[in-house]
Amino acid sequence: MQTTTDQNRQQLIEYINQLPDRPYRDSYLIAVLHKAQELYGYVSRDAMDLISSQMQIPTAHIWGVVTFYHYFRTQPPGRYQISVCLGTACYVKGAAEVLQAFKDRLGVEAGQITEDGLFSLLEARCLGACGLAPVCMINDKVYGQLNPDKVGRIINDLRKAAR
Amino acid sequence: MSKITIYINGKPYKVEPGQTIMQAADKLGFHIPRLCYHPKLSIEGACRVCIVEVEGMKNYVASCAFPVSDGMKIRTNTLELRQARRDIVELLLDNHPQDCHVCERNGTCELQRLSYSMGIRNRHFEGQRKDYPADESSEAVIRDPNRCILCGRCVRLCSEIQQIHNLSQAYRGFKTVVMPAYNIPMKDSVCSCCGQCVNVCPTAAFLEKNHTKEVFAALNDPSLVKVVQFAPSVRAAIGEAFGLEPGHNMEGQLVAALRRLGFDYVFDTQSGADLTITEEASEFLERLQGKGKLPMITSCSSAWMKCMEQFHPDLIDNISTCKSPMSMTGAMVKTYFARRLKVSPEKICSVAVMCCTAKKYEAARPELMVDGLRAVDYVVTTREAAWMIKSAGIDFLNIIPEPFDEPLGISSGAGVIFGTTGGVMEAALRSAYELFTGQTLVDIEVQAVRGFEAIKEGKVVMDGQEIRVAVTHGLGNASKLLDMVREDPKRYHFIEIMGCPGGCIGGGGQPYAGVNAIPLDEDALKKRAQVLYDLDRHRTIRRSHENPAVQRLYKEFLQRPLSPISHKYLHTHYKAKEPRGVIPRS
Amino acid sequence: MMEYAITICEGPTCIGRHADRLRAILLEELAKRGLKDHVRINISGCLGMCHKGPFLVVNPGYTIYGGVTESDIPVIVEEHIVKDRPIARLAVQEDHLFNRFYRIFGDVGFFGKQMRITLRNCGIIDPENIDDYLALRGYEALAKVLTEMTPQQVIAEVKQSGLRGRGGAGFPTGLKWELTAKQPGPEKYVICNADEGDPGAFMDRSAIEGDPHTILEGMIIGGYAIGSNHGIVYIRAEYPLAVRRLEIAIQQARQHNLLGKGILGTNFDFDIEIRLGAGAFVCGEETALIQSIEGARGMPRPRPPFPATSGLFGKPTLINNVETWANIPVIILEGAKWFSSIGTETSKGTKVFALAGCVVNTGLVEVPMGTTIRQVVYDIGGGIPGGKRLTAVQTGGPSGGCLPESYLDTPVDYESLAKAGSIMGSGGMIVMDETACMVDVARFFLEFTQSESCGKCTPCREGTKRMLEILERIVQGKGRPGDIERLERLGNMIKKASLCGLGQSAPNPVLSTIRHFRDEYQQHIEQKRCPAGVCKALLTYTITDACVGCGACKKVCPVGAISGTKKEKHVIDQAKCIRCGQCYTTCKFNAISRS
Repeated sequence: MQTTTDQNRQQLIEYINQLPDRPYRDSYLIAVLHKAQELYGYVSRDAMDLISSQMQIPTAHIWGVVTFYHYFRTQPPGRYQISVCLGTACYVKGAAEVLQAFKDRLGVEAGQITEDGLFSLLEARCLGACGLAPVCMINDKVYGQLNPDKVGRIINDLRKAAR
Repeated sequence: MSKITIYINGKPYKVEPGQTIMQAADKLGFHIPRLCYHPKLSIEGACRVCIVEVEGMKNYVASCAFPVSDGMKIRTNTLELRQARRDIVELLLDNHPQDCHVCERNGTCELQRLSYSMGIRNRHFEGQRKDYPADESSEAVIRDPNRCILCGRCVRLCSEIQQIHNLSQAYRGFKTVVMPAYNIPMKDSVCSCCGQCVNVCPTAAFLEKNHTKEVFAALNDPSLVKVVQFAPSVRAAIGEAFGLEPGHNMEGQLVAALRRLGFDYVFDTQSGADLTITEEASEFLERLQGKGKLPMITSCSSAWMKCMEQFHPDLIDNISTCKSPMSMTGAMVKTYFARRLKVSPEKICSVAVMCCTAKKYEAARPELMVDGLRAVDYVVTTREAAWMIKSAGIDFLNIIPEPFDEPLGISSGAGVIFGTTGGVMEAALRSAYELFTGQTLVDIEVQAVRGFEAIKEGKVVMDGQEIRVAVTHGLGNASKLLDMVREDPKRYHFIEIMGCPGGCIGGGGQPYAGVNAIPLDEDALKKRAQVLYDLDRHRTIRRSHENPAVQRLYKEFLQRPLSPISHKYLHTHYKAKEPRGVIPRS
Repeated sequence: MMEYAITICEGPTCIGRHADRLRAILLEELAKRGLKDHVRINISGCLGMCHKGPFLVVNPGYTIYGGVTESDIPVIVEEHIVKDRPIARLAVQEDHLFNRFYRIFGDVGFFGKQMRITLRNCGIIDPENIDDYLALRGYEALAKVLTEMTPQQVIAEVKQSGLRGRGGAGFPTGLKWELTAKQPGPEKYVICNADEGDPGAFMDRSAIEGDPHTILEGMIIGGYAIGSNHGIVYIRAEYPLAVRRLEIAIQQARQHNLLGKGILGTNFDFDIEIRLGAGAFVCGEETALIQSIEGARGMPRPRPPFPATSGLFGKPTLINNVETWANIPVIILEGAKWFSSIGTETSKGTKVFALAGCVVNTGLVEVPMGTTIRQVVYDIGGGIPGGKRLTAVQTGGPSGGCLPESYLDTPVDYESLAKAGSIMGSGGMIVMDETACMVDVARFFLEFTQSESCGKCTPCREGTKRMLEILERIVQGKGRPGDIERLERLGNMIKKASLCGLGQSAPNPVLSTIRHFRDEYQQHIEQKRCPAGVCKALLTYTITDACVGCGACKKVCPVGAISGTKKEKHVIDQAKCIRCGQCYTTCKFNAISRS
């Protein structure tokens, strides 16, 4: 059975193969990375390794390019993107504990995504909802007056909803 | 072309056209401060330390990149310019640890020197400093982004000269970091461990993994027999770490100093080199007779071996199975010598002083274990050895030279020249010719393989058969040569490859360039090479197989070249390793 | 038989207001009434008057319906199309310049203070239909060049026109062409720089979305002039609509033999490909742009060598930005003499600005060089809304500067703007009233350039970071004596020592605000006061006698800084207050003062 990854790889190879040939084929790296992000949802390490071997471009060079441009993501975005506000108001009301609770419950650090791809955790500057401090934003919804217990309930609810 | 006139600080000078302001100024005695510039690397123009004023230009120009033109009026030292340059260097300091006194490069750091000469005595702009963990995963090289000033020399060296392309700048702006792909640990990267990044780094962003602490601990352990060996190129360069100009042979001083450090036996890696040549010449003859693949490619450079396994595994069958001189010497220490001493090999601490960082990696290779033990327990670089000698209060320059210990202290002239590019080939030909023809090679100095050209070719006729050889140094050149081999596999019979520019004398573990010197400077390398060629010329024994120590080894232990026992202890094997390296099609 | 033509603006703002949905509903509505064959639906690029969108323009009659909603569609169809009774209440009524423009469909004339050369077709033609462009003398300039002019004559014409690069520094375009043309060898490149990255600027995007063929035509002419067969449009990936329209335009041009082999029956070959950027402002710098096209990190290289001698793949390369290219067909058709009659002594032609901020009419404005900022802001922009006072006008985006009220009569041309401490740049123009804090504005722009610094050269990478830190501490009330001087010292050094244009212009917003608004900086640092009331940390909240003691503020305060008993005046503990402003917004009695 073909997995999604296999299909992605195959499509990426096909895309690379149809590029105009040398002398300047390497110059299509950014176009290929766009294609990879379109296929995978982000520029995966698998994709970068594949591009490296297919196009004879060192991985360090590809990595340098991918990290240079804001447009490219090296992590799949989580289904729920959690931004924990670390603004002043939230901070004095215990945002650090809230953030820690998210980290503990999800088993990831800020800037990372959970293994199941459900949650990505981010630190945010003031979200402008100081009256509800401490707050976090999950996708477009603001959750206020958080505490570690509430964090657990929110995650459980979202997990249930995702099923 | 006729000369043009430029004005520097108001005075006219006649200079050649077609050069940069910096090149012209250098020849006229103006040393414009600089940092990211390196004569062997592409022009980056990034650090902006070498800025000058050019009349008619709104902004300063980087003298490393800007060409001279007739009538150009250049100012190198106006007050405004001095302040700008000073501020630029301060900006680098602001984002750099403020701990010179505990830094490995204290005294050899280019940023430190610049800071002094720019007159930075107080600070104006301090702020946030970068904070990244250092990567100490590699056996050979430590990467410490906090000390990095982003001059890009290592990145350019790794890609332009070595063509390993392990390093790139990642992210951007203030968050830029030099790292391998995906920020993987150096040990899991395609790094060849050559250590040239350490050589060109102006600060301590790249360092060798330091093993002096472990060696001092071993030296203080009375239950151990402490054995040390050092490579040919170490004696040709270590004087520089004590302030000598390049080109001094410090062999006897180093032997004496190592004894004073507490080593019980001081052996010569050259002795192992003679063993390597005896085995390798025999292996070559076997291959020439149809047993094995041609061209045969040398295997003594550990950076080259790692590079080969990751970048050129299609050529594994072409690689000589001989271990390097260090590993052969180490193997003999833990077997032959241990038996002679009647001590258990576990009780021997085997140390090697090498010009090389990759030897640290080589010593840890599981393939090179001798009866379950490491052949060499610790490798220290020339730099580390010099520091140990200084640290132990040994007056290296005035010490009375002493000879090596028996039985691995005798070496031929062939073993000496191992330390420079072309040396292994020359040494091998001296022995192979005799083994093949039964006659002695009259013209013993093979000039065709000497010197610093990228790829050297030579021919020797043995019994009417033309043997074509090639020699290269630097991993980038190696890749080019190997492409030629892939295109025409019958082009050569025998190839010598050294991982570092100039061979071992230019190794990644050699002393840092002094004030106003340039790392990888060819003149310095030539002087180091000359030390080795002079040593060879003054030897009575100049062929490896004539080395009495080697002959005795075979008689007492190894039986004959390529015997089962020498296969067990002196030969190894290679395998393709991940991650596979990619060399861009240029 | 077509009786009506309805044009729907699909500029970025109108799409943001669901212009595409309107189109679907309109089609549905027409189909329902069996009117499909009687009405032609066109789409157009940005009309320019974004604040009134989305638009439906019904012809004949030039009726412009603004702010159209979904429920307006059936009404418009019923009344205007079926009964032929234009609906006055939905039409844009005021006699705005923009309004008159459409009465002279297709002409390139004066419209009060505006003059549309590069945007001449934007909002008029269907950008996805080459016939529209061809009908308005499209590709006529190309035909003229290929059949009547030598490459040297083309370059001479461009030189004589006095056209200067519209992307930044204003390098003479003809000279650039001549330098590139002079280089030997058959392999040369023509590049259109469409990497518009200034926050708030959308001139290039609108130009491409509204009239992509003009850019292509300019590039083909450029290719002919310098001897190149290969054109590349480097465009932001964030502009998918512009990319799509370019792709369509290129396809159509190929079908019409305007691109490809033997263009228009001559022996001139030229083709154009699109390369996408990936989100890096610095790639607007030409050497960084070249690196990016080559598939590398977009880091600028020292010049010389200039791209004209050694550019893309080391070959001679001609780079101009979108607006510059859009001028070329007009210059060829109307002649250099005509073109050079517009503008000032040293700055010829027109300039497009994206007018934004505290101004009545926001949108795209194209004016002759030499028009004063005052004319743009007041005559075209309609002045400041709400009776507020103008504090500053910012031009040139993050590379430009802020000019105070006293500089309003500065003409927009390269030299005058530079002299005043700003730059022309790619054409952002942001009007600020008294609610803007100049220190905060400077901080905002520097934060942008600092995060967009490529990191290659020391002054820009490290220096802008330090400048930003100083600005941040000033707006947080932690400014130290000497901070203004430190900013000036760093800023002047960064300007002169940086490798590329980004670094060389990054300090401009800071240096220009220090130059023109030094007292604001001083107040921030010395009195810890923000005159505009923007810098949160410098504000003090106090409760006045108007307090009725309702307790709402006390409840909302996140840090418990407010105390007081019910029905009595409350007080704020200044030591605890974190200046979040929650009390200020919550109070229904205006009893909290902020200063």
